[in-house]
Amino acid sequence: METAAIQLKNLTKTFGSVVANDKVNLEIRHGEILALLGENGSGKTTLMNMLSGIYYPDGGEIFVNGKEVIIDSPSDAFDLGIGMIHQHFKLVEVLTAAENMVLGIKEKGRLNIKAIGEKMRAICEQYGFNIDPDKKIYDMSVSEKQTVEIVKMLYRGAEILILDEPTAVLTPQETEKLFAVLRNMRKDGKAVVIITHKLNEVMELSDRVSVLRKGVHVGDLITAETNPQELTNLMVGRSITLNIERTQCENPVKRLEIRNLSCVNDDGVTVLDNINFDAFGGEVLGIAGISGCGQKELLEGIAGLQKVSGSIIFYPVDGSEPQNINGKSPMDIIKHGISLSFVPEDRLGMGLIGNMDLADNMMLRSYNKGKLPFVDKKTPAELAEKVVDELEVVTPGINVPVRNLSGGNVQKILVGREIASQPTVLMSAYAVRGLDINTSYTIYNLMNEQKKRGAAVIYVGEDLDVLVELCDRILVLCGGKVSGIVDGRTTSKEEVGLLMTSHGGKKGGY
Amino acid sequence: MDTFLNFVVASVLAATPLLFGTLGEILTEKSGHLNLGVEGMMFMGGVAGLAGTYYYEQAISEPNKFVAAFIGVFCAFLCAMFGALIYSFLTITLRANQNVTGLALTTFGTGFGNFFGEILGTAAGGYVSVGTVIKAAFDEGIPVLKDIPIIGKLLFGYNFMVYAAVALAILLSWFLSKTKTGLNLRAVGESPATADAAGIPVTLYKYVATCIGGGICGLGGLYIVMNSANGTGGVWVHNSISGYGWLAVAIVIFATWNPIKAIVCSLVIGSLSILPYYYPISFIPSAIYEIFPYLATVAVLIMIIFRKKKNNLPPASLGLAYFREER
Ligand SMILES: Nc1ncnc2c1ncn2[C@@H]1O[C@H](COP(=O)(O)OP(=O)(O)OP(=O)(O)O)[C@@H](O)[C@H]1O
Ligand SMILES: [Mg+2]
Repeated sequence: METAAIQLKNLTKTFGSVVANDKVNLEIRHGEILALLGENGSGKTTLMNMLSGIYYPDGGEIFVNGKEVIIDSPSDAFDLGIGMIHQHFKLVEVLTAAENMVLGIKEKGRLNIKAIGEKMRAICEQYGFNIDPDKKIYDMSVSEKQTVEIVKMLYRGAEILILDEPTAVLTPQETEKLFAVLRNMRKDGKAVVIITHKLNEVMELSDRVSVLRKGVHVGDLITAETNPQELTNLMVGRSITLNIERTQCENPVKRLEIRNLSCVNDDGVTVLDNINFDAFGGEVLGIAGISGCGQKELLEGIAGLQKVSGSIIFYPVDGSEPQNINGKSPMDIIKHGISLSFVPEDRLGMGLIGNMDLADNMMLRSYNKGKLPFVDKKTPAELAEKVVDELEVVTPGINVPVRNLSGGNVQKILVGREIASQPTVLMSAYAVRGLDINTSYTIYNLMNEQKKRGAAVIYVGEDLDVLVELCDRILVLCGGKVSGIVDGRTTSKEEVGLLMTSHGGKKGGY
Repeated sequence: MDTFLNFVVASVLAATPLLFGTLGEILTEKSGHLNLGVEGMMFMGGVAGLAGTYYYEQAISEPNKFVAAFIGVFCAFLCAMFGALIYSFLTITLRANQNVTGLALTTFGTGFGNFFGEILGTAAGGYVSVGTVIKAAFDEGIPVLKDIPIIGKLLFGYNFMVYAAVALAILLSWFLSKTKTGLNLRAVGESPATADAAGIPVTLYKYVATCIGGGICGLGGLYIVMNSANGTGGVWVHNSISGYGWLAVAIVIFATWNPIKAIVCSLVIGSLSILPYYYPISFIPSAIYEIFPYLATVAVLIMIIFRKKKNNLPPASLGLAYFREER
């Protein structure tokens, strides 16, 4: 047998009391795509960071092409031909795409931005990407940034490639292009490792799958010989069923009536154009659309965080007079029981404060409750315990700063907090972005519970399969306009997909 | 006309130490470190430069002004760099709070300068002063050219450090925008995690930038001590730096971290600081004059905020410690 590109033996890494990786053995081979799978916080990023030189292992050995190596810094990793695309962007915002390409490259010679731009264009042309080398990173959309990361990796070249959730913010088309690139690399004999939570991507792309559970390596499987259910069971450690239970809507009551909602953003672009719809208590209203079609502005408009025109009529639960809440302060709107949990595309900075611990973050919602001038610390702490428990948040305790949790676990805290406030209207955007499959389903079921409780749930999602399974009605946005409202029970993924790209389409009722 | 000419010349002379301080601090801040010890490092540079030239003069019967100038620059740079090295060790390796460490360096440097300045004086029997040859080295303009009427005085009449400061500004600007090393340094200051992941030796860059930046600040101190435009040259005057270092820290913001703009900005602030001597307005007390430079800085800060241009912002990780394994 030929020697593996990378062989890990008993690799261990701890952070304080957290054992992120416990004696992991892993093999990465040339000419093969390996998918690394595991729940949030199972230590995937940590393991790969030890290969790229970001973390230094506490124990164990790393062999590259059969030789034992010590990877002390990212520059050691480069010298060994290991390249990594990180979970969070590693780009300098104030520099251009071209300037970002050459950071840290040890070539001799003058800095020649023009030549770098040319080389970048050639790469883009070859693989079908579209990036302007002279554009500053801060002017780019999230998916453009991700593309820059991919081009950077191609530009720098690497024998062993590691991609940490590269597809989380890409559109399906961009994902396809990336996969084509990766298949090409496999053909060239390179070794590729990809981390993703999307099982269909694992099945489509990879040759082998390695699964981590709570820091322990629990198995290697040949992709062709396995299926999503088996993978999920291995990941979670017990047999679970993945289905969304959609109950009938029981006497829906109107909660929100949106009429003629429009929004012009800071740059003078119309991002919402005459939006009309109703949301009912006891119903899940899905919102579909290509990202950046006005989803963010719509939800923020309702939450009072974004200036919009038109009317947002709220029907209170106690049956009192409906009122227009457009123009009210976010604080007033929260008092009405309208809550928003928005997970932005970069997933950081999302309504949580990184340096504060779990309990204190819970308090951000409730700090002004009660009459005394003192804050109540006990209730938030209990709430934090509850969220940790119910959503299986991986954390050493409720007194650790949120920033230390793994990406997915941070998100669970946010969504958990919003749901716990027992809202009348629960708006949630991209709640499962970057979440593992098991937790995603926990979240879907939580949404359903809220629906049963009588809350009006507005769910902005990306995964059409899920939208079609979860939602009672689906509103499709296209370029800031409503291109249709369809019934979730009778529609198909294809119909929604079509509406997402066309302005005309079938016009449903409100 | 003559007053104006004198005013311009005096402005340039007053601006030069500010420019040194500003350039040193720009280089430092580009690595993501806010060193508030500029004032202290100027003190250290000033006293070391004076001591170096003084002892050189004592040791040799016929001192050469070029050698003297070199020794002054060398000693000042080295001593201020030593101050910056302490700061670097504390903030880069031990990750101490940058503001506190910088303030401590100012206190330390001020004491260091005054202490050794007094010792020099006592040892010399009263007060320390260098001879005419060495004074001339830090005062004289370019021979021949400086005698051209008006233009000579305006352009060629300055001492070598004025030209060195301007050349340094241009060099620094070129370094930051046109070289790979400069690009890497900017990346370190913007996002050390990104720079690190790209294989840039972050710690090395931070040390080198902070230490060289400190050395450059020290040249500002040397200038203040050796140049006689402010009255006495080549003499240790107690508390001679008196706030120049703090002005430099403000000018860095004023100039939006741009070395070329720093030339203009230090000239503006330099001229504001000597304005009352040339164009006194009887009803404005001089204390009010003294706050003009700071008012100008505040105005610029407000402008930056409203312009929302990301290019003019401070390095994104300024003031933050970096540790690779921390999230
Ligand atoms: N720098 C750090 N400091 C403290 N704890 C850390 C650090 N990095 C990781 N951890 C902990 O190690 C564990 C594994 O985290 P890791 O980021 O590797 O998970 P992951 O599998 O990549 O999860 P996700 O899918 O959510 O990205 C988590 O419990 C996390 O809290
Ligand atoms: Mg991860």
